[in-house]
Amino acid sequence: METILEAKGISKFFHIPEEIQVLDNVSFSMKKGEFVSIMGKSGCGKSTLLYVLSTMDSDYSGELYIDRKLITGQTPNQLAHIRNANIGFVFQFHYLLPEFTVLENVVLPAKKLGLKTYEEIEFDAMEKLKLLGISDQALKLSSRISGGQKQRVAIARALINHPSIIMGDEPTGNLDSRNANVVFDIFKELSSEKNLSLLVVTHDEDFAKRTDRIIQMGDGKIIS
Amino acid sequence: MKLRLLLSISKTHLLSRKKQSITAAMGVMFGIGTYVIMMGFMNGLNGLLDGLILNRTPHVRLYNEVAPSQNQPVDLYKVYDNKVRFVHSIKPKKVQAKIHNALPLIDYLNRQRSVLGVTPQVKVQSFYLGGSTQLNGLLIGADVLKEKEFYNLADYIVQGAVEDLARTEKGILLGAGVAKKLALKVGDYVQVTTKSGEIQTLKIVGFFQSGMADVDNVQSYVNLKMAQHIFGQSRDYITDINVKLIDIADAPEIAKSLSKKFGVTATDIQTANAQFETGSTIRTLISYAVSITLLIVAGFGIYNILNMMIFEKMNDIAILKATGFSGSDVQWIFMSQALIIGLVGGLAGLSLGYGVSVLIDSTPFETAALPTIKTYPIDYNIKYYFIGVTFAMISTFLAGWFPSRKAKKIDPVDIIRGQ
Repeated sequence: METILEAKGISKFFHIPEEIQVLDNVSFSMKKGEFVSIMGKSGCGKSTLLYVLSTMDSDYSGELYIDRKLITGQTPNQLAHIRNANIGFVFQFHYLLPEFTVLENVVLPAKKLGLKTYEEIEFDAMEKLKLLGISDQALKLSSRISGGQKQRVAIARALINHPSIIMGDEPTGNLDSRNANVVFDIFKELSSEKNLSLLVVTHDEDFAKRTDRIIQMGDGKIIS
Repeated sequence: MKLRLLLSISKTHLLSRKKQSITAAMGVMFGIGTYVIMMGFMNGLNGLLDGLILNRTPHVRLYNEVAPSQNQPVDLYKVYDNKVRFVHSIKPKKVQAKIHNALPLIDYLNRQRSVLGVTPQVKVQSFYLGGSTQLNGLLIGADVLKEKEFYNLADYIVQGAVEDLARTEKGILLGAGVAKKLALKVGDYVQVTTKSGEIQTLKIVGFFQSGMADVDNVQSYVNLKMAQHIFGQSRDYITDINVKLIDIADAPEIAKSLSKKFGVTATDIQTANAQFETGSTIRTLISYAVSITLLIVAGFGIYNILNMMIFEKMNDIAILKATGFSGSDVQWIFMSQALIIGLVGGLAGLSLGYGVSVLIDSTPFETAALPTIKTYPIDYNIKYYFIGVTFAMISTFLAGWFPSRKAKKIDPVDIIRGQ
């Protein structure tokens, strides 16, 4: 199995309000198609690690590889392109653009990537929405749908550019258990059927137990 | 492709906050509108006031002035070179009113490239006879068609037309004040006489009114030939040569060189009417100052609204950046909103400015000075509209630049973590 994501000796300090080491020489790797969860107590650095892995945070030492390419040290514009093309995000809070329709939210990253015509992109987006069972909401404003639906729209958006990896930061943290299960099932299905790689930060143990692998973190280090 | 995407995002932002966008655009609209109105009105008035004096004044006027000779005989006597000389009771030299060699001089002037037009005149001191009374008068013999072409004579004709005089050999365009005093109307005959006593009967073809009572009570126009005839002189008898130049700024220099070359007195328009330029310049300055102030106020309005919007849109910015939009993409999303506000507001301002200008233009404005002017003057020069829209774009660009740069620098991690 090929490696999709690899972190080598990643360390990070917070300078404000005081000098604290939040990540201490973290190294791990993920294979294609793996569904990995990161667990740990509040403040152990799991979210920080995810932001580093997501390329949004470039203030760290160590090396990061996505698709076996070195990401560390690229310019902000190159990093933006990598996020656009290779990484899909699902956050705890839904983070849709409230003034845009569901469909528009899903198509924006693909339009930014600009590999397909707008018609093809919209067709793709409708396919993704169908896959997630919310195609009937496509033309509603994204601020007008329920929380569970929003999260599914966010997943559809994460999938639109066929990324190498999907990252989630407490993707079910803000959902009731029924919707959380729906989201988990979608993730599981994407992982097993579409061979997508998923990396999810969570403190929901039930959620974590059902993933392929759990990475336990504590005090900026990987414990197990 | 990329620009289209960014524009579609900023369009959605603008349309989802219609009230805010419209308020911002209206700020620009009023700024630009006022600028256009101010400039149009101010310059219209400037043109009118300039027209009162400058347009009917020759740029260079050639005539013979009565003056004492600069060189007295004693100056020629070298023995007294280093002595103090007193000459008492100097009398002016006798000069003819006639310009020497006037016709060749006119030909010469007509050939000059810097000259737009040359109009010869004969000024005749005369009296209008009304029954037993005699009124002081000044007859100007002129080529009235040329006077119309170069000095807007037609603008001051309240009755009749310049062409009527050109057609009527023994015609006269009587000053409105003279006509009133003598109770004459168009079609009547008036008798004029000169110092030499010859009486000439002239047919009134029209009235002219310059707006200056001193002129209207005295002055009348006749044909050049008629004036020469009244004076009993041949056709080379010319007392004044008026020159209109292509560039008014050349007048002082040309006046000086003509005076030197031909030994005539030459006055330029700048010396004759210095106060007018100062007035125009200051009026223009004031209108610019007011308009720029308004634009700066409008600019701050846009700055505030964009700043607020970016604050409200922190989440959107984070999500755009997380999904692969670069910092400059985000900056352009907000920049383009500022520029769209500027363009829409600017164009609306031009329409507003034009509309109000048309209103002002049709507001009645009666002035004795300019009998042909019936409404307030407006200068519709396209230049002001062009400058207005450019101003709008520049001020909104600056107002948008700083907030949008802030948006560019927002770190998505800070926002996402902050939730």
